[in-house]
Amino acid sequence: MSDEPEKKRGLFGRLFGGKPDDRAPGPETVADTPPSNAVVPAFEGGEGRDVPAGIPAAASTEELPAKQGWLQRLKAGLAKTSTKLSDGITGVFTKRKLDNETLEDLEDVLIQADLGLETTERVLATLRKTRFDKTIAPEEVRQVLAEEVERVLTPVAVPLRISGLNQPEVILFVGVNGTGKTTTIGKLAARFRTEGRSVLLAAGDTFRAAAIEQLSVWGERTGVRVVSREVGADAAGLAFDALSEAKRDKIDVLMIDTAGRLQNKKGLMEELEKVVRVLKKSDPTAPHQVLLVLDATTGQNAISQVEAFQLVAGVTGIVMTKLDGTARGGILVAISAKFKVPVVALGVGERVEDLQPFDAREFAQAIAQS
Amino acid sequence: MFQSLSDRLSGVFDKLTRRGSLSESDVNDAMREVRRALLEADVALDVVRDFTDKVKAKAVGANVVKSISPGQMVIKIVNDELVAMLGSDASPIDLNAQPPVTILMVGLQGSGKTTTTAKIGHRLTTRDKKKVLMASLDTRRPAAMEQLIILGHQITVDVLPIVAGQTPLQIAMRAQETARTGGFDVLLLDTAGRTTIDEELMDEVAEVKRATSPHEVLLVADALTGQDAVNTAKAFEARVGVTGIVLTRVDGDGRGGAALSMRAVTGRPIKLIGVGEKWDALEDFDPKRIAGRILGMGDIVGLVERAAQTLDAGKAMAIAEKMRKGSFDLDDLSEQLKQVEQLGGMGSIMGMMPGIGKMKKQIEAAGGIDEKMIKRQRAIISSMTPHERRNPKVLDGKRKRRVAAGSGTKPEDVNRLLKQHRDMADMMKMMKKTPGMMGKMAGMMGLGGGGGFGGGMGGGQPSAAELEAMQKELAQLDPQAIAQLPKDVQEALKALPKAGQQQASKTATLPGLGGGLPGLGGGRLPGLGGPALPKGSFPFGGRKK
Repeated sequence: MSDEPEKKRGLFGRLFGGKPDDRAPGPETVADTPPSNAVVPAFEGGEGRDVPAGIPAAASTEELPAKQGWLQRLKAGLAKTSTKLSDGITGVFTKRKLDNETLEDLEDVLIQADLGLETTERVLATLRKTRFDKTIAPEEVRQVLAEEVERVLTPVAVPLRISGLNQPEVILFVGVNGTGKTTTIGKLAARFRTEGRSVLLAAGDTFRAAAIEQLSVWGERTGVRVVSREVGADAAGLAFDALSEAKRDKIDVLMIDTAGRLQNKKGLMEELEKVVRVLKKSDPTAPHQVLLVLDATTGQNAISQVEAFQLVAGVTGIVMTKLDGTARGGILVAISAKFKVPVVALGVGERVEDLQPFDAREFAQAIAQS
Repeated sequence: MFQSLSDRLSGVFDKLTRRGSLSESDVNDAMREVRRALLEADVALDVVRDFTDKVKAKAVGANVVKSISPGQMVIKIVNDELVAMLGSDASPIDLNAQPPVTILMVGLQGSGKTTTTAKIGHRLTTRDKKKVLMASLDTRRPAAMEQLIILGHQITVDVLPIVAGQTPLQIAMRAQETARTGGFDVLLLDTAGRTTIDEELMDEVAEVKRATSPHEVLLVADALTGQDAVNTAKAFEARVGVTGIVLTRVDGDGRGGAALSMRAVTGRPIKLIGVGEKWDALEDFDPKRIAGRILGMGDIVGLVERAAQTLDAGKAMAIAEKMRKGSFDLDDLSEQLKQVEQLGGMGSIMGMMPGIGKMKKQIEAAGGIDEKMIKRQRAIISSMTPHERRNPKVLDGKRKRRVAAGSGTKPEDVNRLLKQHRDMADMMKMMKKTPGMMGKMAGMMGLGGGGGFGGGMGGGQPSAAELEAMQKELAQLDPQAIAQLPKDVQEALKALPKAGQQQASKTATLPGLGGGLPGLGGGRLPGLGGPALPKGSFPFGGRKK
């Protein structure tokens, strides 16, 4: 919803008169008010600001500026990372030759980017082998770094695909609390709808307060039906019902939300296992995709998350969110090296179109170069 | 949390203590290891560098190198610096102002602000008997405001009604007005999550702060955060100004580096930690306890908490009762083994026992703990008939061969298990005869009595007060109690590092384990295959170093 800030300004500007709304582009303000009240009258006007992200509005007002600039946006999202990384490297290398001390500093720089020790050491090994004790230009270091990162990431850059063989294609979303599962589902729902697919959402987070409402808002924005039950209901049962319904209505894509859970909570992980098990009762091939949503700000613990969720739910792909902050996505490199799980999408903002396919080269370049 | 950091550090320390004298390069090597350990635990680089520099400066001094045990000196310095970095005293939420006391919650998206707001509201209402009003300024995330209303309903704390179309600032002003006129003691303002580079949103929250002059501004941050923790902390401190930090998801298995970074970067205390999904899963942050855990001093309170969380208190009590009556059969042993598994296995339990960090290393050196052994032992028991389980004596050679074949083990393994069961039963009898401190402890924790934790806890979560009382009691353990212990446990105690009287008395909690944990009875851990160690030696380090 990073369009909201702009829109928010617009709204604020109107309400307050004096707020810095100079940055707010005009068109958004036009779009906000009416749909909001129509959709969720109970909410603050703030909800209204989200609404333009929904299908009709997004198609008209938002997409034009957004589409042309997604790479820039991704880079801007990664900019802090890259700047820091490159600054560090430049700082290190303009000063010294490539000696042990320099390599140690470089190790720090890479670890600081959350790249993980294994990847860091691989980059260092390459450098040590080829360049030791030679003067090395900062650009070369970046090049080596980018190549190495890209090499690790290339095999996992697999875009999200709906094979069309399954009706419905069942996609289960898993992850720890607060990584952005529901938001990602909302964005994907919008995308699948623009692709002309029929979509059904299952509000499987029956634990957190208002999680069902949150998904319902996304459902209404994107014109997609949401299957839900009361809070505290059995998530597995809900998933089963949603799948039956999707089959009956010949839905193309069924996306199932789940409650966030820490991967070391045995009971909660068993609950997730049950969701998968119950889905298989209805369709032995389901879920066809299990997407783990990872928060880019997460450190080395992300590795443990991948491990645990893979074990319990058989993760088929990773979505990394919140790359629009200062967080470096470096941990993704470590994860790719270790697990080879496809990275299917990146979240670089809160707008519907801020969910982007993962491109290894761009990601690597964005990390290695400012 | 903190477990693997602790493991790494104790590895470094082991190397240090093995040396008779330390050169400067020894210290440097050790500091490099410490640095790596901290970095792997997601402690921010700047903070790590600052930390190692400080330790180095003190450790390289002449005093250390010339002292009798330089290794210990370095460890002490690291310890002191770590405590200094975490802050030495707990710093709870400050409500010492004219009501309504406004508390502003800020943080990134998904860090847990709304949940934490509700937890604080719950705590202030129930524990501190305050009249609390909560208000959500999150006009962005779908259903965020509704979420707080639902939470308020669940915990019976008042929430400001939603008025559509208001800006966060307007809501904040309305909330303060409502709090004033409604005679509320505390006003909690939940805000939308925001990225720190979003200037407009940072301006927005800064403006809310200016307008409401909150007494506390709490930065809610995810304990699993990586290097970005430092950016987040710096940005919120610089743009908004925070008075304290709330770490969430501390119940995850992260290494907790974010705790160190945030505290160090902002200089603000970590006030609270979120440790679970329940409303009362919010604790005051106690730096000393955390530092102890990081340094492998153990966290017995944490262990008891975890036990209470995972174990079935009813079952534990039933087993403890059986033990007291001397009717502890193999079914009960199996149940107990299961509980050890549920607690995360022997390795994990031992990691939290004070002073065991070192022994763990020795055990690993002797072949390590085979966590699968517990599974195998349970398989052996499962392969017995109910009659055999109740009366192990009927197991003759033929039956043992059958059981071994049925469980995919060897008759020796069956024998070992049976001996373990017998030894435990003997130990139970002994415990019964010693009504002193140990008996008391056994009753208190259900540990010495063998029933697993939680038995004596009234069947529920231990309250903070209970834990505190327990901690005090543990600290006061009479050294004489040690003399009453079985011999092999005493030997183990001797092998423990002598770290001053306080530490020694803390280690007296060990016996509880000696008596109670299944498989420990025969001087052998489950999963620590007997042959790996000379017979009769206590696997914890009965052998002299």
